[in-house]
Amino acid sequence: MLEIKNLVVEIEGKRILDGLNLSVNNGEVAAIMGPNGSGKSTLSYIVAGKEDYDILDGEVLLDGENILEMDPAERAVKGVFLAFQYPLEIPGVATMTFLKAALNAQRKARGETELTTPDFIKRVNAAADKLEIPREMLRRALNVGFSGGEKKRMEILQMALFQPRFCILDETDSGLDIDALRVVADGVNALRSPDRTFLVITHYQRLLEHIVPDTVHVMANGKVVKSGGKELAVELEANGYADYKAQEAA
Amino acid sequence: MADVQKFKTAAETGLAERFSQARASLPGDAAARATAFARFTDSGLPHRRVEEWKYTDLRAAMREAAPLAGKLDDKAAAAAIAGATRFAEIDAVRIAIVNGHVAASASDLGALPAGVEITTLSQALAEGHPLLASLGAIPEAADNVAYALNAAFMTDGVVIRVAAGAKVEKPLHLRFVIDGEASATATRTLALVEEGASVTLIESHECADGVAHQPNDVLEIVARDDTKVEHLRIDAHGDAALALSTLTAYLGARVAFDTLNLVTGPALMRHQVYMTFAGDHTTGAVRGATMVTGRQHADTTLYVNHVAPHCESRELFKTVIDGDATGVFQGKIAVARTAQKTDGKMMSSAVLLSEGGTMNNKPELEIFADDVLCAHGATCGQLDDDLLFYLMARGIPRPEAEALLLESFLGETVEEAVGEENETMRETLMAPIRAWLSARG
Ligand SMILES: Nc1ncnc2c1ncn2[C@@H]1O[C@H](COP(=O)(O)OP(=O)(O)OP(=O)(O)O)[C@@H](O)[C@H]1O
Ligand SMILES: [Mg+2]
Repeated sequence: MLEIKNLVVEIEGKRILDGLNLSVNNGEVAAIMGPNGSGKSTLSYIVAGKEDYDILDGEVLLDGENILEMDPAERAVKGVFLAFQYPLEIPGVATMTFLKAALNAQRKARGETELTTPDFIKRVNAAADKLEIPREMLRRALNVGFSGGEKKRMEILQMALFQPRFCILDETDSGLDIDALRVVADGVNALRSPDRTFLVITHYQRLLEHIVPDTVHVMANGKVVKSGGKELAVELEANGYADYKAQEAA
Repeated sequence: MADVQKFKTAAETGLAERFSQARASLPGDAAARATAFARFTDSGLPHRRVEEWKYTDLRAAMREAAPLAGKLDDKAAAAAIAGATRFAEIDAVRIAIVNGHVAASASDLGALPAGVEITTLSQALAEGHPLLASLGAIPEAADNVAYALNAAFMTDGVVIRVAAGAKVEKPLHLRFVIDGEASATATRTLALVEEGASVTLIESHECADGVAHQPNDVLEIVARDDTKVEHLRIDAHGDAALALSTLTAYLGARVAFDTLNLVTGPALMRHQVYMTFAGDHTTGAVRGATMVTGRQHADTTLYVNHVAPHCESRELFKTVIDGDATGVFQGKIAVARTAQKTDGKMMSSAVLLSEGGTMNNKPELEIFADDVLCAHGATCGQLDDDLLFYLMARGIPRPEAEALLLESFLGETVEEAVGEENETMRETLMAPIRAWLSARG
């Protein structure tokens, strides 16, 4: 289970997360919605271990263990996975080379044996086929020249390959066409399991029709200001965030 | 010996003494050697007040002149070659040059490909071989002190002739190995590639760590019209070596010329490239990948001279600097009035991995033609934190994530130099890069 307690984060003296509390149980899919700039991506970066934030207070616990002192690679080994809102292009590093380095690094750190090349290729191809990612793309440099939607699919391919326990999807739906959205949602749904936790950040109810959440949380001004069931997303779609912004300002 | 008095340092005095002792026994034209040595006595070792050596103070760096290496007997030379294993597996016609002398017994001189003729430089000098007339094709080099010292001291090397039209498939691999106590070597190699021929030349340079060898190697390439010449150099000299090297490339018309220099080794390296575009519609690419750490110093200095029109030059240099090491890139592209439609692009990028590292970039354009396209750029920075975060967020530990990014940064030079079809050669060239990165830990 993932617990975030009283997280207070600043960047260059500007407060971005302001006493955020959230917990997501094993097997739960939690959706996070909220206006632009409310701190959703920042939250996902903090959990994944990005530096250059000042964490003034709070804890991020995975099954009770605080991970804030760990570097991003150690967290990945613990099962944290962030599907980036804006996946990075890594020129000169072939996608296959990268996937293999990542998977084997995780396995090695967990004391598992490294995969043989044929076994590895089989797994990647299977995941790519499910996500309708052409194999030719896997031979190119990671994300270089990929379309926005292709990059998002590549993030989900990684998730399928690494089988992480704590998955954070930051606006994975943006940039996806209607068919791709279904393919990606199917990919995510296939990974749902009683010991896996999902945090799905999105602006649109549409994604949540495909990936049906157990809980929905509204973030505004660096805090979770309201939590509810999947009907909350429908309500937001109809009414927008005006209430929550006003509530903050009051 | 009156000259000796005017020298300022022990190394300069030592060089003069070494020359007066060795001159009588060195092969070839003694007067030419004396003229070359006079170039050195005129100025002494170059120092930081000499513009071209501003960032590489050879006078300060060279504490003493190591004695000139003697020729090893066959058995000792074979043992030295057998001990140098790093580049032994390259599939090529091998020419071993041990302690500055060709080791025929460890070379494939008896089984040369069709169209290739090789004579040792010592023999060529002794008998006044007609091909020697092709040496010194780029006269500006003669004014360079490192080149002049090589001309004064050169002991051996090879003279290669690739006959007109010959397409030499198998690369020629010059394996330079220095063995034994700290010594100086001076080799000179000439490759004359005649009309329409094609050839690949590989040079690997090795010597033990911790021994202050002083190699000074010159390779002169003359590429006649319609030739294709590929030159790959790996400088893996030991970590105490002071290595000077000069490449001259004199290019005719419609030539495709490529040179790549990979540097992982020496304490101090100065690699100089003189490239002259003498014929039209020629492309020449000069690339380098340099990795330095500790207190290493690596200087690459280019003199690219466009004389003929419609030529294209590409210069791509990548430097990775760790520890308190220093990188230097000086690149001068001169475009003469006659060289209209020149297309020249020069780029030097460096990654600094530590606080203590330094990179000096000095690109220069000197353009006298009015219809040209020339650009140069230089960057120097750290590894991108966002890219590192992305890789680490996938479970790749920091050192490996850095190595992946650095390998791709440096590897671009190899990718460009070696065609996609030549997987084996790429791997051969990537190997020293990977070895350096993994030694970094
Ligand atoms: N490096 C930074 N320097 C300064 N401000 C930053 C930095 N990174 C984020 N912020 C600010 O923090 C706030 C939260 O940003 P964040 O990206 O977390 O929002 P978000 O909720 O993901 O928004 P969106 O819905 O647009 O993706 C914004 O006001 C943003 O400008
Ligand atoms: Mg965001």
